Amino acid sequence: MKPILEVKNMTMAFGGLKAIDSLDISIHQGEIAALIGPNGAGKTTFFNCITGIYKPTSGDIFICPHEKQERLNGLKPNIVTKKGLARTFQNIRLFSSMTVLENVMIGCHSITKAGVLGAIFKNAATKAEENFIVEKAYSILEKIGIEMYVDELATNLPYGAQRRLEIARAMATDPFLLLLDEPAAGMNPMETKSLDDLIIKLRDEENVSILLIEHDMKLVMSLSDNIHVVDYGKKIAEGTPEQIKSNPDVIKAYLGDESEDA
Amino acid sequence: MTATGEIKKSVLVSLWFMFLTFPIMVIRVNTVQDVVEWRWLNMAYIGIGTFFISMLWRYMIRRKEREGKKEKTDNLSFAQKIILDKKIFIPLVALTGLFIIVFPHMFSMYQTNIMISALIYVMLGLGLNIVIGLAGLLDLGYVAFFAVGAYSYALLNLHYGLVFWLALPLGGFLALIFGVILGYPVLRLRGDYLAIVTLGFGEIIRLVLENWNEFSFGPSGIPNIPKPPLFGVDLSLSGSIIYLYYIIVGLVIFTIFVINRLENSRIGRAWIALKDDEIACQAMGIDKARTKLRAFGLGAMWAGMAGVIFAAKTTFINPASFTIWESVIILCTVVLGGMGSITGVISGALLLILLPEYLRAFSEFRMIIFGAVLVLMMVFRPGGIINNVRKTYKFQKT
Ligand SMILES: Nc1ncnc2c1ncn2[C@@H]1O[C@H](COP(=O)(O)OP(=O)(O)O)[C@@H](O)[C@H]1O
Ligand SMILES: [Mg+2]
Repeated sequence: MKPILEVKNMTMAFGGLKAIDSLDISIHQGEIAALIGPNGAGKTTFFNCITGIYKPTSGDIFICPHEKQERLNGLKPNIVTKKGLARTFQNIRLFSSMTVLENVMIGCHSITKAGVLGAIFKNAATKAEENFIVEKAYSILEKIGIEMYVDELATNLPYGAQRRLEIARAMATDPFLLLLDEPAAGMNPMETKSLDDLIIKLRDEENVSILLIEHDMKLVMSLSDNIHVVDYGKKIAEGTPEQIKSNPDVIKAYLGDESEDA
Repeated sequence: MTATGEIKKSVLVSLWFMFLTFPIMVIRVNTVQDVVEWRWLNMAYIGIGTFFISMLWRYMIRRKEREGKKEKTDNLSFAQKIILDKKIFIPLVALTGLFIIVFPHMFSMYQTNIMISALIYVMLGLGLNIVIGLAGLLDLGYVAFFAVGAYSYALLNLHYGLVFWLALPLGGFLALIFGVILGYPVLRLRGDYLAIVTLGFGEIIRLVLENWNEFSFGPSGIPNIPKPPLFGVDLSLSGSIIYLYYIIVGLVIFTIFVINRLENSRIGRAWIALKDDEIACQAMGIDKARTKLRAFGLGAMWAGMAGVIFAAKTTFINPASFTIWESVIILCTVVLGGMGSITGVISGALLLILLPEYLRAFSEFRMIIFGAVLVLMMVFRPGGIINNVRKTYKFQKT
């Protein structure tokens, strides 16, 4: 079977700096994959490239949600989302003046279609659609486990719940591949553990594949089927958690990073 | 800070003001007798005046800071509490409605005319509120669409005898087209850049109207625009003014209805989300350009309809009615009233248009009072008269 996401030889240069350098990554149906690497390795940039926020300097991005393969290069972010790639943001980007439910309702935008006239006349179809949006949004909140905050403003949520809300909002777009940018950042060990369960549940029950960027190695090792390691925009290793743990290049990249940080 | 510190500060401020105003307030050249008059008394007035004003100013700033700290718990404003309380709200609406209905019969024609102007601005304010308050696009050339509407009616009536009731939707529609055409290239700009470009567009439209004589009759304008007839009957002058009054009241109510519906719809949510965070919004599958264009176009459409009413009210239009000053006033009604809030924009518009009318007695100081009110508002109530806390969707389990 073809990979559902196939990135071939992608490069993203900012002036002289190659944040991504001839990167190849493939994600398969039903997989939980991780993208790891030191700070500044280009992980977030990779997400931005495939979701259309940046236009990669060169290379190809293909998706294959069903039988047919499609090229994603140059598509606008909203089109990419419509095609079934949803993401969360490393620096939380919730709609701060909206409630938790409304945030998720926005996620339903791409799968609904009421326009200006529908809004003004509020005909049966629009009403039905609004009901559908509310029901769907609420059921997602239940699945993600933050339904108790339904009417709270998004900004008033505790940090861990905000991260979960980002996931809920992304799930509302009905994705086949969910891209999570450091979902456990800032969470305490208990929250991280329940995030672990949530991600597996999403994969098993919601039928989405997952690519996550994460620094929490325990989480990465326990969750991932496959790990891709990047450093300075280049892929330095790929494999199962066991293979990665014992890979000398990875150890070097990480130790180097840690000694700099300290 | 200590009391002496406060006094010292105010003394410095008043000295500075005395120095600044010295040339205009103290020295006067008497051209008849060819001598210089020294009006020292004026200087004393200014000194004492600024001293107290600066004390008051700092006292109020400090009070506001203290309020800001404790306000966090209760984020509904007084006006919103009234709106939410059905027992007060419904009689209030009924009373206002009654007042609006009897208004033209109780007051003079002059007052009714002023009220029509004010209601035109209410409509303009509500339209601009879609663009600025909901979608967060700073449009400083809004008056251009007002002009498009007014000229649509004037010119189509002149050349083809188009009647008011056809001109109203058509003027709105033409303004909408203009909005989309002008909006398309500029909507990728943000904030101040968008403001400057729209400002330019507004001026371009006015300059075209002023200089393209064959098309718009230039600065001399277009006279004899008919007021709307009632079932084909030409009304007396006062009758037609009253009729126009009811038309604009009806349109304002229609506008409120539409905006209310839009606000609580998929489109309205997208606007608010877009204002909050553009990138996240796109990542949620919202087409940024299209969503912005919708706001821009709908806003323009309302300005166009208001323009048609304006042309019918004044029966004469020329480019002088569509200057940048008009855009600024409309913007002020939105900002002063409270961005995003319908009641806010209405009170803002009524205040800004009616106040100067009744301040005619002090016409020399009108602009100063106007400016002072705006500055004070920005300092003490930056959220506007009605500080809008958006009505969020409340989930009900079914
Ligand atoms: N818009 C941009 N302009 C210039 N440089 C950028 C931009 N976005 C990211 N970079 C650079 O690309 C590199 C990779 O950043 P990023 O992808 O955020 O790393 P991380 O792996 O920590 O997510 C960094 O050196 C960063 O400074
Ligand atoms: Mg990152």
